[in-house]
Amino acid sequence: MSAPMAVPLSWMLALSGVVFVIGLIGVLVRRNALVIFMSIELMLNAANLAFVAFARQLDSLDGQVFVFFVMTVAAAEVAIGLAIIVNVFRLRETVYVDEINLLKG
Amino acid sequence: MMLLLFAVFAITLVGCSLMVVLHRNPVTSALFLVVAFCALAGLYLLLQAEFLAMVQVIVYAGAIMVLFLFVIMYLNLKRDVEDGLQFALRRGAGWLLGILLLGTAALFLSRGWAPGATTEASPPPIGNSAAELTSILLLVGIVGAVVIGRGRAKPPGSEEPAP
Amino acid sequence: MTLPLLWIIPALPLGAVALSLLLGDRLGRRGTAWLACGAVGASFAFAVRAALALAARPEEGRSITEVAYRWMQVGDFSANVAFLLDPLSAVMILVVTGVGFLIHVYSTGYMAHDPSFRRFFLYLNLFMFAMLTLVLADNLLLLFVGWEGVGLCSYLLIGFWYTKPSAAEAGKKAFIVNRIGDFGFLLGMLALVTWTGSLQYDALFSAAPQAFVAGGIAITVATLLLFLGATGKSAQIPLYTWLPDAMEGPTPVSALIHAATMVTAGVYMVARCHSLFQLAPISLEVVAVVGAATALFAATIGLAQNDIKRVLAYSTISQLGYMFMACGVGAFGAGIFHLMTHAFFKALLFLGAGSVIHALSDEQDLRRMGGLAKKLPWTHATMLVATIAIAGIPPFAGFFSKDEILHGAFASGHYGVWAVGLLGAILTAFYMFRLYVLAFRGGSRVSHEAEHHLHESPPSMIVPLFVLAILSLIGGWIGLPFQRGGHPFERWLEPVFGAGGAHGTMRPLSPMIEWLLIEVSVVAALLGIVFAFRAYLKDPSLATRLRERWPAVHRMLVHKYWVDEGLDALVVMPLYRASQRLWRFWDEKIVDGAVNGVGFLFEGFSVGLRLFQTGFVGTYALFLTLGAVALLLHFLRQ
Repeated sequence: MSAPMAVPLSWMLALSGVVFVIGLIGVLVRRNALVIFMSIELMLNAANLAFVAFARQLDSLDGQVFVFFVMTVAAAEVAIGLAIIVNVFRLRETVYVDEINLLKG
Repeated sequence: MMLLLFAVFAITLVGCSLMVVLHRNPVTSALFLVVAFCALAGLYLLLQAEFLAMVQVIVYAGAIMVLFLFVIMYLNLKRDVEDGLQFALRRGAGWLLGILLLGTAALFLSRGWAPGATTEASPPPIGNSAAELTSILLLVGIVGAVVIGRGRAKPPGSEEPAP
Repeated sequence: MTLPLLWIIPALPLGAVALSLLLGDRLGRRGTAWLACGAVGASFAFAVRAALALAARPEEGRSITEVAYRWMQVGDFSANVAFLLDPLSAVMILVVTGVGFLIHVYSTGYMAHDPSFRRFFLYLNLFMFAMLTLVLADNLLLLFVGWEGVGLCSYLLIGFWYTKPSAAEAGKKAFIVNRIGDFGFLLGMLALVTWTGSLQYDALFSAAPQAFVAGGIAITVATLLLFLGATGKSAQIPLYTWLPDAMEGPTPVSALIHAATMVTAGVYMVARCHSLFQLAPISLEVVAVVGAATALFAATIGLAQNDIKRVLAYSTISQLGYMFMACGVGAFGAGIFHLMTHAFFKALLFLGAGSVIHALSDEQDLRRMGGLAKKLPWTHATMLVATIAIAGIPPFAGFFSKDEILHGAFASGHYGVWAVGLLGAILTAFYMFRLYVLAFRGGSRVSHEAEHHLHESPPSMIVPLFVLAILSLIGGWIGLPFQRGGHPFERWLEPVFGAGGAHGTMRPLSPMIEWLLIEVSVVAALLGIVFAFRAYLKDPSLATRLRERWPAVHRMLVHKYWVDEGLDALVVMPLYRASQRLWRFWDEKIVDGAVNGVGFLFEGFSVGLRLFQTGFVGTYALFLTLGAVALLLHFLRQ
């Protein structure tokens, strides 16, 4: 397992950070709930990448197990989230989050 | 060789991610996301996480993204309209913050940050129960999705006539 | 025999309440009736089983405590939800579940056409739960829970027809007047717990002789406060005014709560705490005097009332007075004996009155009854039994218990109390037969409409009447053979109260005096009866003549001595005005002012803060990220 690492850890982490920030920007600047949702998936995957990179670095499977769980949660979350979006669309005829302000009391 | 592969995957990943965020058409966004996930699977292979790479392709790029596409098409969404002063302001603020965060992260990395020594912390004893936990989680997810997706519940009391 | 399950006795009615709430109207009327009656019937079966198990034990072992769970533990003080079965509580649960079951059955007929059928049985079952908790509790605190519970149910059931303003008012009155008594009770409990450190009966009663100086001020005050609670719940002077008004409730409620069970809770409590009261002779005297005064006072008011249920209400107050009289002179066993027989015949009287009211299409005025004996033969027969029983003619139940109370008063040297009790007995016989004659004998004064609908009640109402009539007839025989201090009932209660007459106050009387006393009380009862027949049947003008001869007395009785009006003027109105003033000044200006001022302050802040709450998820995400970045930068600086 402990083959010399061809790609330095910091590169992987930098890549992970860049993808994370892209996802974050997506969440912040888009108004389409579906795209926001996809951006969130991006952020999750960026975190996954960091996990796997560390798992490789530390020669431990913990990180990979964690990623596995994150994927499961993401799958469940996508199912629920999409159901909610569909429901909101039925009610409001829109998926634009700035046209949905139910949170405002 | 490794570095070359890394460069290819990384560039694909970043590029596709940017397209996901920037493209006005949700269908295009979703398709770019599929490509991004495949690139990520390649990176996992580079990191010798073969299993995760397979799962990434099958679950993410396969199942989840199909669900996304299905919903987008089901809702029949057109290109997004993104205008208005308030929205422009927020978009500006979003970009600013994002870049600020990236800068902060870069500062962190450049400070000679390095991973500490491996700590001998034993993994939590989940072992085999991981699969069971996962299955329960997914089951709950399915049930929740069905309940929410079923549509509006009838108002209470209208279901059966009063005796 | 195995140990009986005590907790299940109160739990069954509670379960019925829960089930009824859960199932709602899906049960239907029949289902509701079966559920309610079945739960109480099963409760009765368990009570019988428990009593038999208790009887099978040797006399010293006749006290079973069952701890359901630890309720609270505060410092040295602890209270359990625990149930105590001893001869006294056994008698109480048998009376409560037995009479309660009959009244439940009766109610299925009486309330058959009421739109709130389910609600009625819900409250009734809840009441059974609270009452059984009260009598089975093994500490004063749990007793108080039941005590408040029955008060609440009483309020709910008096105001059952809440669309009727008088019923709603009566419910409130009952609740508020009881609150005064409960305040006293609470203070009494606090006093006890301060001095003895426990409210659990055994611990309390065994600690009391050391904690208190016999006859001292502390124990006197504590017991008097407890007695104040009893006067509220059991409608004694000065807190009796709520009971006549409580007759606004449905008649089965009057029978169950305001005659047979709840109002006797005060007597039960005093009897339960008899060892405390015996430490305070002054308190006992007060109990005796208040009881005797109430017995006479309420009886005189009963003479001139025309509402059939109000006559019975005053009669109940008067009979409760007798029970307290018995406790006051130290004859606790006699008090409980009267409590039991009274439960039988007074429940019967109320249910019979209910049957009459039912038959006459809700007519309650005695002046518009008369001659009902032919039309309602079964009701008439059972009512007659009850009337004889309460008047105290042997061999009916009331005779034995009332005579024992009078005997106790005489034997303990309370001759004044005895004389008042005797006078009360004459009056009781008189007004009860006045009621009987006015309702059932003579010519009919029933209105045409009511006459047209006149009908005997359905079997579900008549059967309970019959069972109660039999109990009213034979219920007193448990006081046979006619020996003082030795009959089965007294022996049964001995483990609780100690041997009869052993309180040091009872002098054994010679047999001749005993027989003389019995004859005197029988003659007194007969006198009242004969007079009632003369004045209202043979020679109706006699009553009128009497009324015209002493118009002032008659007015006074009709107006119930103007006690309600007096209390209104002396207590209620000043309180009301003071409250009004407090409300206008203190509440509106100062309290409200402070509250509103604080409110304005925060409203000012909020106007600014509200700008952040746009309700758009995007904005929130933006702020979230801003926070995260700020935090990271902060770490970076270090």
